[in-house]
Amino acid sequence: MSIAIEILSWIFLVLGSLFSIIGGIGIVRLPEFFSRMHAGGVTDTLGATFLVVGLLFQAGFTLVAVKLSMILLFLLITSPTSCHALAKSAISEGLKPALDNADHASKTKAADRDLSEGA
Amino acid sequence: MKYTISLSLAMAGSWLIWSGHFQIWDDHFHHYFILVLGLLSCLFCIWLAARMKIVDDESAPVQLGLRPFTTYFPWLMKEIVISNIKVAKIILSPRLKLQRRMITVTAHPKTELGRVILANSITATPGTISVQMEDDKIQIHALSFEGAEEELSGDMDRRVCKLEKNQ
Repeated sequence: MSIAIEILSWIFLVLGSLFSIIGGIGIVRLPEFFSRMHAGGVTDTLGATFLVVGLLFQAGFTLVAVKLSMILLFLLITSPTSCHALAKSAISEGLKPALDNADHASKTKAADRDLSEGA
Repeated sequence: MKYTISLSLAMAGSWLIWSGHFQIWDDHFHHYFILVLGLLSCLFCIWLAARMKIVDDESAPVQLGLRPFTTYFPWLMKEIVISNIKVAKIILSPRLKLQRRMITVTAHPKTELGRVILANSITATPGTISVQMEDDKIQIHALSFEGAEEELSGDMDRRVCKLEKNQ
């Protein structure tokens, strides 16, 4: 029984580390600011979740488990918030995201102008 | 009033969880002393919050009930896992197949809290980041646009609307 929990726990811990590393690779490989933020999201969400779930199996039904799940909840609320704050400040500082569809990009730029004029 | 009560309960609960001082049956003097200190700090925080007039449906969203945890959160976790695998595949593919787009979706939730939940859920799923919000329009930056992103945000929109209905 305990060996099964141990194996399950380590599967989750290794998966979490794997996704964290993938996020790190993504930050290096992806071309510009906005696409790199998506890679950061992988580490923030699934990497953190799998690591905490792995630790939950280690903790068992204790007060530590409750605290760990609270940490997971706070992480899942705060990391998108900071990600959005970063993206929004980049946009309002005038950094234009590189887009892959030229036709669509020009339309978006027009929409951006409208937004900045409105604000 | 119901917001004050729920906020006090949440504060007392979180104080007990973080401090771990449940042992009232252990009749050492200092346990009572620490419990009283916890009670006083909870009361002080609620008094401060009431003085700042921030005890409302945003600081203690009791009107949502437990449904965010029972129905919305499990569904969101499933979507987070799916989109994470998609983004991980893109990162690890030898040629980065990116379709970066800015798309605009309409947010239908009526309350500000609902819109925050929607925009945060969009950001929480990797591959889509909500960049800007003007009234009810959310601008989204998508990493590899396939049309599924718009569908997903629409689905999220419906679920958040359902969440804030029948309060």
